Amino acid sequence: MIAGASAMTYAIEARNVEKRYGALQALAGVSLEVAEGEFFGLLGPNGAGKTTLINVIAGIARASAGSVRVMGADVVADYRRARRMLGVVPQELVFDPFFSVRETLRFQSGYFGLRRNDAWIDEVMHALDLMAKADANMRTLSGGMKRRVLVAQALVHRPPVIVLDEPTAGVDVGLRQGLWRFIRRLNRDGHTIVLTTHYLEEAEELCDRIAMLKAGRIVALDSTRCLLETFSGLVLRLRLEGGALPEGLEADIVSSEDGRFVLRLRDYSALEQVLHRVREAGAAIRELELEPPDLEEVFLRVMEKH
Amino acid sequence: MGGFPTLLYKELLRFWKVSFQTVAAPVLTALLYLVVFAYALGDRVRPFEQTSYAQFLVPGLVMMSVLQNAFANSSSSLIQSKISGNLVFMLLPPISYVEFFGAYVLASMVRGLAVGGGVLVATVWFVDLRLAAPGWVFLFALLGSAVLGALGLVAGIWADKFDQIAAFQNFVILPLTFLSGVFYSIHSLPAAWQAASHLNPFFYMIDGFRYGFFGASDFPPLASLAVVAVSFALLGAGALALLRSGYKLRQ
Repeated sequence: MIAGASAMTYAIEARNVEKRYGALQALAGVSLEVAEGEFFGLLGPNGAGKTTLINVIAGIARASAGSVRVMGADVVADYRRARRMLGVVPQELVFDPFFSVRETLRFQSGYFGLRRNDAWIDEVMHALDLMAKADANMRTLSGGMKRRVLVAQALVHRPPVIVLDEPTAGVDVGLRQGLWRFIRRLNRDGHTIVLTTHYLEEAEELCDRIAMLKAGRIVALDSTRCLLETFSGLVLRLRLEGGALPEGLEADIVSSEDGRFVLRLRDYSALEQVLHRVREAGAAIRELELEPPDLEEVFLRVMEKH
Repeated sequence: MGGFPTLLYKELLRFWKVSFQTVAAPVLTALLYLVVFAYALGDRVRPFEQTSYAQFLVPGLVMMSVLQNAFANSSSSLIQSKISGNLVFMLLPPISYVEFFGAYVLASMVRGLAVGGGVLVATVWFVDLRLAAPGWVFLFALLGSAVLGALGLVAGIWADKFDQIAAFQNFVILPLTFLSGVFYSIHSLPAAWQAASHLNPFFYMIDGFRYGFFGASDFPPLASLAVVAVSFALLGAGALALLRSGYKLRQ
């Protein structure tokens, strides 16, 4: 499945990548390595530079400074090899309205110099449940189907590294789960996966490591487990009789609505302190819910911190 | 061999799938010109000795169709891909800028020649034409369509919207082809307009192409060929430089 790769090279290696659009600094010195076989998440708010970084990796945008290698091949100097190693699923739902699904995939394969590739194209269409629409014009497909064709197009040349730029944006739950099952299978088969998504629970569930970008800089880069541990904390949802919170807890409040408070706590000892104050104030607890930290929480904290 | 054959095939299939619009319609337009002009002016204009106006007009119409459609093909294909965003599928694979140029220009030449051939085939039934020097006909048709294919590519790279392509087509290509001697010999023009016509590169394409039919032209065919060849060299180099730099295609 994987097109030749040596054991010691990184799937993706970015070194001090900068990208300027006039006065706008879209990437301000991004460095990261993605190991072969990893499931890597690239997170960040809108405008953080995720798509720009992907575009630089894919050769669609040219870095103002720095370098990127894909499976050891420089994306500028050795662009032919770098692009053969890379499959990109773009964020926008783009298609050529002149052609059918099968034609679209044959063309994409041919662009990579693979002109007798029908067996693999059929396999990809099967896996993505596209066979029934193989001869349908791209215009006639639903949004979800078009998204699957985009994934299939990224796979026609069997790239060892696959980049998915928000592949589940605007996709219904059923298709999203089907898509993830397929991407996980690719990862198990040895493909390196780089993913950007706004659905942080997906990233938490799927990614081995995560980089968080803000304003063109990496502000966090670690394994998903370490990120969750480093930014450990608890979310406490609380409703008290009378509706008011005892004094001294204001600093922990994240939000409040109709007498329901959401508090962010450092650890269990902080929880003990909250309960102590509640007892001291003589307030009765009507509802209490405690949640372990999730990636969304980590994400918000990282973004706040930087 | 990289992605060139597939990109060329895709570009050919793109216009062939809508051939009613891209081939049949321009053939009909050229025939309408022939009918209207040949019948309206047929008895009064005789640009060359022993050549009727209809005979004179046909090669000009053929070449005009070749040029306009070669331009339309590369420019509209590229602007459509840019605006719809599907250009990304051609930017992600390892297709070199030379392959990109070759595929778009060759496909434009094929469309231009298909339309030109269509006009010729449709007119031979009622206009008696002889090929005095067929080599010149092919040479000017090939080079002329290549020039306009490259120009269409430059326009497609430069333009950000359909409107700009339409403006280029209506305010540059159309006037230059109409004023290039398709419908008249420039010798029938006042001296100042004759001189102005010599600044129009389309004039040399039409005039050289017509020489292949009649063995007579307003300008020596070899000199015309040199002008067309230099035009292609300049436009080709310009298009290649733009593609290489990634101007408006790669950010």
